[in-house]
Amino acid sequence: MSLEQETLNAVQENQGGAVVQEAPEAWKPKILAFTCNWCTYAGADLAGLNRMKYPADVRLLRLPCSGRVNPQFVLHAFQKGCDGVLVCGCHPGDCHYSTGNYFTRRRMLLYRRYLEYFGIEPERFQIRWISGSEAGKFRDTVVDTCEAITKLGPNHKFREEGR
Amino acid sequence: MSRTGVFVCHCGTNIAATVDVDKVAEAAKDFPGVVFVEQNKYMCSEPGQQAVKQAIEEHGLDRIVIASCSPRMHELTFRKMLTDTSVNPYMLEIANIREQCSWVHKDKGEGTDKAIDLARMAAAKVDRNTPLYTSEIPLTKRALVIGAGIAGIQAALDIADAGYPVTLVEKEPSIGGRMIMLDKTFPTMDCSACICSPKMNEAGAHPNIELRTVSEVEEVTGYIGNFTVTIRQKAKYIDYDKCTGCGLCEVKCPSKVTSEFDRGLTQRRAVYKPFPQAVPSKPVIDATNCRKFTEDRCGVCQKICTVDAIDFEEQDKLVKQEFGAVVVATGYDLIDWGKLYGEYGGGAYPDVIDALTFERLVNASGPTEGHIVRPSDGKEPKSCVMIKCVGSRDPHKGKAYCSRACCMYGAKHAHQFLEKIEGSECYVFYMDVRTPGKGYDEFYMKTLEDGATYIRGRVAKIYPENGHYVCVGEDTLSGKIVKVNADLVVLDTAMVPQESAGEIGRLFGVSRDQDGWLNEAHPKLRPVETNTAGVYLAGTAQGPKDIPDSVAQASAAASKVIGLFNHKALESNPMISFVNEVNCRGCGDCVGVCPYGAITLETVERRENSVKVMRDIANINSGLCQGCGACTSACYSSALDLKGFTNEQILQEVDALCL
Repeated sequence: MSLEQETLNAVQENQGGAVVQEAPEAWKPKILAFTCNWCTYAGADLAGLNRMKYPADVRLLRLPCSGRVNPQFVLHAFQKGCDGVLVCGCHPGDCHYSTGNYFTRRRMLLYRRYLEYFGIEPERFQIRWISGSEAGKFRDTVVDTCEAITKLGPNHKFREEGR
Repeated sequence: MSRTGVFVCHCGTNIAATVDVDKVAEAAKDFPGVVFVEQNKYMCSEPGQQAVKQAIEEHGLDRIVIASCSPRMHELTFRKMLTDTSVNPYMLEIANIREQCSWVHKDKGEGTDKAIDLARMAAAKVDRNTPLYTSEIPLTKRALVIGAGIAGIQAALDIADAGYPVTLVEKEPSIGGRMIMLDKTFPTMDCSACICSPKMNEAGAHPNIELRTVSEVEEVTGYIGNFTVTIRQKAKYIDYDKCTGCGLCEVKCPSKVTSEFDRGLTQRRAVYKPFPQAVPSKPVIDATNCRKFTEDRCGVCQKICTVDAIDFEEQDKLVKQEFGAVVVATGYDLIDWGKLYGEYGGGAYPDVIDALTFERLVNASGPTEGHIVRPSDGKEPKSCVMIKCVGSRDPHKGKAYCSRACCMYGAKHAHQFLEKIEGSECYVFYMDVRTPGKGYDEFYMKTLEDGATYIRGRVAKIYPENGHYVCVGEDTLSGKIVKVNADLVVLDTAMVPQESAGEIGRLFGVSRDQDGWLNEAHPKLRPVETNTAGVYLAGTAQGPKDIPDSVAQASAAASKVIGLFNHKALESNPMISFVNEVNCRGCGDCVGVCPYGAITLETVERRENSVKVMRDIANINSGLCQGCGACTSACYSSALDLKGFTNEQILQEVDALCL
């Protein structure tokens, strides 16, 4: 059996025999999470402390507050090749800086609709409130997001030429 | 060109077992700017730290990446380590390859890939780090305590005893607050005045406490360590330096006014001391009721005053003072039940009173010298109905919360009523009996033994009949409607915040909850701090409390202030916002976003194309800014940026991930 045939077989097995158009078997989504230092980042640390297991496709970028996330960062991430972006902050009302996440909530929900208008599937850009004690919620969020984006396949929208 | 050193930690086997550390170290060699890579079994240990210091010297490193545990764990450790090296402590980034990598991924290949990504992101970020420096903020070691109830007094005494000067501001003519109105305190039944007035006297005479009664806070500027507060010292029309407190003016004054302190049960004069044990023990003139002011005649007090202390010309004074810390102890009020509960007479029945009025009735130094009588006819009531949760735990009409102290003072009142009036009957309508506290449940049980009848249910209606008040309610345990004839009805009404708390909250930037109570910084772990650094809460300003809890919180707030004052100076957080003046268009969008009021618009003169122009530019107060970065994403022209988390740094990280 040729190497090509072997790969194709493996791919078809993996995809339940469906015809695969673009996502090769080895493809893993690249997901970036902008997280607040005081809640979600701490929640992720707690998930580690509790030795919870979750897919390795999400990378956390630590910020002081979800209010620091400029929509431009999100756009930049999609342009540079991210398949999904998460913005995570404290529950509304619990912001470490009292009001930061209220701005995040309004700004990002609006931005999500805007991205959707431009053809980004809503699953690719999600806003989640995860407190420092919600390790389980953090894990579930990662699992769900990875699953949803794996199903969607690679993102091409906004992606810069040559990537 | 930066010279980055990457240090990969094994953390024993915590990281090394599920992440191929050799591979991470190998990959790190190719990151842009990296000139040195090393591995260590424990980076945080003394030998690990030494290795970093040595590498800095030998290889001339100017920035460091440590791939180890969470930065929340050891960022401070490594920053401290860098203080005695040539590398600035803020030229450090940490890649979290333990909590967010080795501990959560089973597959070593995937874990290693992620660890490399995280290290690359950290290296890319540190490449754009700039040295940051903390600065010393001077600290005024003087505290302001707002509100001189038992919480304010306790906080002021604790701070003053530690040796720091305190200004205690009270809007009433005397300190003492609500506690001095009470007769006895549960569960020990010691007399409230006997334990409160020594504290009042101590506060009044303490060399470190400056008392400002009939005063209110008017304006606040500044930040932790450096508040400038304008206090309005209202005119008392009496020169306290001359007044001897003889009380002659009070006797001769012809204007009679309802006494607020006695809850309307008696009358006071227009020149008055609210109660005999008042501190300061000198009267004030109530200008709205004094004939000298309303009709421009009388002035008898001035004529008879032997020391010439009365001064009708006195004006309000604005006093500006500097403070390093503030304790807010504005206290509580009782809900205006008359407006809400028409079924209880809406305040029209004279013998349906609230619990604070009952306190005055039963108080040995009160208007009746402790004889419980009906306010309407002065007769001794033989039966009493007490209704709990009037306005509390009633989201439809009153407040959803429990006022906490009512179950206990309700039991106390029942006990006092039964004890003072022989052969009397006392019925208590309740929803639940909540008695958590030392000796509390024992006290409640004793009240039951005294003969109080507890009926579980709410009173639906009160109406007068043949000189009695008929209370109609449901006994929810038997499911029957009950009617009780009462001579006196006492309503245990909900605590609500003092009206002035709203203004105080606004002045100091302390948020309030949906019911108006001032918010603490964290409900569990920072119960006396607020989100404004340097402002602390004590007593019922933060929520309903009984006396022991108020005093405990006051001492906690005081210890926070003392802890702050024990520093020589404050160290500023260097990771704060900054303005790129060229880009700032002066729109002021950032001003409203900042939760700390740290941004102001300032008009500055600039030279543009050789022409002088006046421009509005955002200005950030480094003492107030806490570094959240909310302003940066609100800035239309990207003129604002956050040190330590600049746009450039963040975008570099994103780029490094997407490589």
